[in-house]
Amino acid sequence: MNHVLGLINLQEDNSLIREITRERPIATIPFAGRYRLIDFILSNMVNSGIINVGILLPNKSNSVLNHIRSGKDWDLARRHEGLFYLPPRYDKNNNSQSELRTLYQNIDFIEHSGQDYVLLSSSHTVFNMDFNNVLRFHQNTGAAITMIYYTNSNETAAPCTVIQTKDNGLLTDIASRHVAYKGSNISMGVCLMSLKTFVDIIRYSYERGGTDFLADGIMRVQDKYNIYGYQYTGYVSTVNSIIDYYKASMQLLDPKIWQKLFLENSPIYTMVKDDVPAQYKTQAKVHNSLISNGCSIEGSVDNSILFRNVKIERGATIKNSIIMPGCEIKENSLIENVICDKNVIINSQKWLKGAKNYPFVIEKNTVI
Amino acid sequence: MKKIECLAMILAGGQGSRLGCLTKKIAKPAVPFGGKYRIIDFPLSNCANSGIETVGVLTQYKPLELHTYLGTGETWNLDRKNGGVYILPPYAREKGADWYKGTADAIYQNINFIETYDPDYVLILSGDHIYTMDYSWMLEEHKMNKAEATISVIKVPIKEASRFGIMTTDKDGRIVAFEEKPQHPQSNLASMGIYIFNWKLLKHYLEEDSIDSVSSHDFGKNIIPKMLSSNVRLFSYSFDGYWKDVGTIESLWQANMDLLKDNPSFDLGGAWRIYSSNHALPPHFIGKTANVKNSLISSGAIVEGSVKNSVIFSGVKIGAGAKVNNSVVMPFSVIGENAVIEKAIIAQNCEITKNAQVMSDDNSIAVIPEGEIITPVDNGNKQVG
Repeated sequence: MNHVLGLINLQEDNSLIREITRERPIATIPFAGRYRLIDFILSNMVNSGIINVGILLPNKSNSVLNHIRSGKDWDLARRHEGLFYLPPRYDKNNNSQSELRTLYQNIDFIEHSGQDYVLLSSSHTVFNMDFNNVLRFHQNTGAAITMIYYTNSNETAAPCTVIQTKDNGLLTDIASRHVAYKGSNISMGVCLMSLKTFVDIIRYSYERGGTDFLADGIMRVQDKYNIYGYQYTGYVSTVNSIIDYYKASMQLLDPKIWQKLFLENSPIYTMVKDDVPAQYKTQAKVHNSLISNGCSIEGSVDNSILFRNVKIERGATIKNSIIMPGCEIKENSLIENVICDKNVIINSQKWLKGAKNYPFVIEKNTVI
Repeated sequence: MKKIECLAMILAGGQGSRLGCLTKKIAKPAVPFGGKYRIIDFPLSNCANSGIETVGVLTQYKPLELHTYLGTGETWNLDRKNGGVYILPPYAREKGADWYKGTADAIYQNINFIETYDPDYVLILSGDHIYTMDYSWMLEEHKMNKAEATISVIKVPIKEASRFGIMTTDKDGRIVAFEEKPQHPQSNLASMGIYIFNWKLLKHYLEEDSIDSVSSHDFGKNIIPKMLSSNVRLFSYSFDGYWKDVGTIESLWQANMDLLKDNPSFDLGGAWRIYSSNHALPPHFIGKTANVKNSLISSGAIVEGSVKNSVIFSGVKIGAGAKVNNSVVMPFSVIGENAVIEKAIIAQNCEITKNAQVMSDDNSIAVIPEGEIITPVDNGNKQVG
């Protein structure tokens, strides 16, 4: 895959997940105890042998730059190839985020990357996949564009792009929906095409007022190209809303899914922090939970995910919750169905409870 | 090469024969410690945190895994443009090849390397001690004392003093007597095996020692006594933190257990970070039937059984109904369902199958060497000490 240019678009719609994206894009939402969402697509690309990766930066890009830095932790700090940042350029008249504009502004870089193919992806999908098979499929079918999709096993209420294909994979229809019915084929936001096709689409659609690659680039010119769908059958979850996020996180507490996502295929890389192993004290009671390094636990934790450096004091009870890095839950507090963003401090004797299917979100740096 | 003030040399070539089967496949400094570290992470992280960025690591015994682990030194932030980590195994010269015959000989054979940096001081460290220490304070004191050599010392219980090199000092901290493993120790100040020498002086003594045919080419046995008898300005630097020589099974086990105390005398989580090469593993998973108390658990582990007073490394699997007590389980070992592990060290990649037991008959520590498979038929007691 060393002739494929990976492009990760971080200009994603965060309107349904505002609580934890005030200071960060979807890409750097902490996930699964030690990762950020972008780690999955980035690791998938690297594990597939892609060594040229461009990241399309969003408006709030601090956390992206601080997390990925030189790309060393993903083995992308290279002499000539490796990681590239494609920042949006602003002009006085138009400051809204537009994926197509940013791609258009950086088209020189893309054209001169010397690669034959482009694999364009978003960052809000959690999966562990080797793209080599997709490239083979793409070449064998002679597709102009290959879109990766999965088949939905349950009805879910979340914005999604649904596609329909013939038996051989040839795409017949594509549409944006707000509900994904059981059995529908949902795009994972990853598509593969030749560099030339990609550049043509960007030029054509941006120059005709487009902003979104999928809606304006692919949907409008659908008839011009042979588009194929490639079905992915492994574990996948998407994070578009706070409910999705909570659900996708809690699914990891099934050891089969945890194992499938992290241990059966290639590793998922993330920024290395050198934290100590988690410390369990004598009073600790932990069941069915994911616990990260740097945690210190004296209380009881049930059905929850603790990120790095979380402190649970004596007598505190955590249930069905997600506690992000650096949080402290003090003595005898009770936390149930809660998402604590980074560095939240819950003082002693506090009781916080969200609804079972709608977690209560506590914003970054809050002290209660 | 740019001149530097202080260069560190880590002695990491020893066989570590007292660790028995744990060092059958790897050198002692590469032995795992504390849930995610290896022993050599400690001196290397101390160097990096003390601002000493040129470090020679002298290797000899079973160096492959150790060399791979050291790599470019990136793990410890020691991949520097000027300086960094140098791996220094013995090498052949025009007149043939020599092994490192002792600690002093190892440094002697690398005089050329040290000279390229033309340092004022050389810091000599061991690759088998667990402690955190800011060497820059020791160097500061060395300079203030106008010392020619400084030895770091720690107070040990007098009944254990005969296991160490014991120093007697005057009121200014100047060393007046030194005895290696004395039968009747005169003091309880033990050498920690950490030395700072003025390089020019040390070079002179090393060259002299190299042609001495009766010398065993050892710092403690030969170089220090010789300096003392020639009235070199030798000072002690007293250290009062946690320090443990993990050269034996018993001390390696004890040092791991020391991390589990409620207020450990040695806090890995402090500001003085210990760097280590990380496996790309997810957070560990504690299952519904698990019961974990007073333990350290690292990433990628999956625990379904009971774990008490134990140190569990990355990627370890502990099946339902298994009991692990007072033990150390090293990376990627698997403890099967209903197996019982009691006061043991299980090395990397072992498999203790369903219902098997690992414990020693007496109160000693049971040790399972790397890659072993233990079944209930083995009666769980394959102690190779």
